[in-house]
Amino acid sequence: MTAARADVPSYAEPVLSVADLRVWYGTERGPVRAVDGVSFDLRPGETLGLVGESGCGKSTLGRGLLGLLPAGAKADGEIRFKGTNLLQAKRRDIDRLRGPELGMIFQEPLTRLNPLMRISEHFEETLRAHEPQIGKEEARRRSIDTLRKMGIPPTRYRAYPHEFSGGMRQRIMIALALVLRPAFIVADEPTTALDVLVEAQIIRILADLRRNFDTALLLITHNLGIVAEACDRVAVMYAGHLVEDGDAREVFAKPRHPYTRELLRSTISLQTTGLHYIPGAPPDLVEPPPGCKFHPRCPDAMVVCGAQDPVAVQTASGSRVACWLHGPADRIDEGGTARMAQEEISVADEA
Amino acid sequence: MPTKLDAQVPSSAPGGADDALMKVRDLQVHYALRGSSMGRLFGAGGDVVKAVDGVTFDLRRREVLGLVGESGSGKTTLGRALLGLVRPTGGEVRYGEHDLPSLSERRLRPFRRKLQMVFQDPSAALNPSMDIEAAVGHPLQIHKLVANRTERRERVVEALERVGLAPVERFLSKYPSDLSGGQKQRAVLARAIILGPELLVADEPISMLDMSVRAKILELMLDLKRDLDLTYVYITHDLATAKFFCDRVAIMYLGRIVEIGPTEEIFSDPKHPYTKALLRAIPEPDPGALVPRDLPRGEIPDAAAPPLGCSFHPRCPAAFEKCGWETRDLRPLLEQRWLGLDEDAYDAERATIGNLDSLDVPAHQVRLSPGRGRGPGDVEALVQRAREADPQEPLWKGVKRLEAQDGAVAVDFHEGEDPRLRPAGAVEVACHLY
Repeated sequence: MTAARADVPSYAEPVLSVADLRVWYGTERGPVRAVDGVSFDLRPGETLGLVGESGCGKSTLGRGLLGLLPAGAKADGEIRFKGTNLLQAKRRDIDRLRGPELGMIFQEPLTRLNPLMRISEHFEETLRAHEPQIGKEEARRRSIDTLRKMGIPPTRYRAYPHEFSGGMRQRIMIALALVLRPAFIVADEPTTALDVLVEAQIIRILADLRRNFDTALLLITHNLGIVAEACDRVAVMYAGHLVEDGDAREVFAKPRHPYTRELLRSTISLQTTGLHYIPGAPPDLVEPPPGCKFHPRCPDAMVVCGAQDPVAVQTASGSRVACWLHGPADRIDEGGTARMAQEEISVADEA
Repeated sequence: MPTKLDAQVPSSAPGGADDALMKVRDLQVHYALRGSSMGRLFGAGGDVVKAVDGVTFDLRRREVLGLVGESGSGKTTLGRALLGLVRPTGGEVRYGEHDLPSLSERRLRPFRRKLQMVFQDPSAALNPSMDIEAAVGHPLQIHKLVANRTERRERVVEALERVGLAPVERFLSKYPSDLSGGQKQRAVLARAIILGPELLVADEPISMLDMSVRAKILELMLDLKRDLDLTYVYITHDLATAKFFCDRVAIMYLGRIVEIGPTEEIFSDPKHPYTKALLRAIPEPDPGALVPRDLPRGEIPDAAAPPLGCSFHPRCPAAFEKCGWETRDLRPLLEQRWLGLDEDAYDAERATIGNLDSLDVPAHQVRLSPGRGRGPGDVEALVQRAREADPQEPLWKGVKRLEAQDGAVAVDFHEGEDPRLRPAGAVEVACHLY
């Protein structure tokens, strides 16, 4: 539980290995391809930030990994968790994994805690349900210990959810996920409902998670600043695809995909001196454009971008980018690198 | 926008010598909590939440004034009170010759044309069963400014063109559900400007939008301001957009303005410890910048029982004697200490102090009674240990007297003082440090 991050060898086996994952929803107009061929690995103790704008499929991906998709959604591909392909596992087996192996932290902590149950009851019930052999004293000790690591004092152990502030409730939710010591956690926008100073406290807790627990974390957010602080790696999602992923510092310092670059430029930060935005809107996921999904909005689009799907290219430092600007050159047809003539994008098509 | 409205609407004083569009003086919005209906009737019992508690400032013509604060700071209530959407319980909002809170609803209505609001969630601000033409033109009907549909359409087309929803024909018959978030917010802006207002209060107008379109809506608002001579009150929790967008910024905390001044000053030389903390807490998408680890503890306190003295003192790293230390500050201090102790040490210390709940009553004096089987000496020793472990803790500056007395430990705090907004350099700040 307390294994320092340094103890986790970087060559450790991935705890989660996702290959060519596709998730789609059936609609009258045809399937909505919310996640379209996503592959990545996550190692123990590693935090991967998943960023993208609303509708890019990041929440669907996060829920899909835990088998929490709504009825009507279909998934295909492979989610290998400690050797088992979750997509082929029986429903009962996944239910058994959820909690002790797979955890989730939601956006609104108040709606996830039972107002009639003391915090102590939430924890002890959770532990008893998943570890029936656990003794009462041991359950109490472990709960208080986990809460303490999240900054909840033991004097508040028997309080009710409404007696806590928003930030403390989110800490309780994080502790409730961690008390079972899961190997993998999805946190979906865990700080969006919180204030700036409290958000900073939670980011700090998430950043420390890497050092104090060997849980692998997928942190879904639209806030690039959070990723820069709390994540080892970042994956940028656009229209159901991962367009770029790699070391968080490297991707932010030197974004390779034009979408990553434009997204960073349009983020308004304290350093902002001029306004910048990406024209147009993300594509309709029922009928996405051919080739690269970003090409209609891309300032660097080439002829090949509208014709062929981009191929993910690995860089020397281990980053991956799916953009024809980075090759592979031998897969581009003659004349493919010529600049694409683009139509003007009007407000009528904006996001 | 056509200016024919101006003739009918009592406008504020023309620009020139007096450049204040609105003068807000000691504005208060208090809400009574709980208590029986009879109690409310006779003004007895029940707590009071001071959502806005004595706010004074001038809103200058053609400026963008940012109201920045966290949730519960009173920024939205203040914005609404400026427009007469919330009835203040005290103070003045002077608009031209008139004091808005003293006007009846009927006499306030003509002013509403000049004072408009843009809401946070464009999806909730538009009626889903009205098409864009009806929604944007609705204010014209309410104020009976158009005689027929043709006239309304002319005005709506003009407003939509101004906010960039072109080609207009494509949008007139659309419903809100057909539009993207950015387009909806443009429609909301069109509705807000169609009556030719002077002031727009924009409450988090871009926080529900995606990163890639936020800049576009801000740019549009700047264009509208320039073309239509608007004044903005921009309500936000996001300091980064406030820095870019505002001429002046007012930082709010628990119903008060704690610092107000030109944006440049506030960001280059923040004075109030709360402003300083906010500025350092923003996560920046810069791999070199990390969120600092020494940010204020805790969260915004309960507005129904605000801290004594300066509201920020329990979280303030720079607080000292005058700031209003009190009983309730002791509990978080002990609890914070206990987080770091192992189980046995915690059990021993917890048993040393009797009833912790006695610390939940606001007062400048407290008696810490020992737990069963412990004496006042044990309590005193525990407090001394805590003090030695963290002598830098600002709370210790507030302790005037600490001694064993009649079987308990008496702790007296210095009487605090509520800081008022005072000029400090180019800004005004409510903090005893200045």
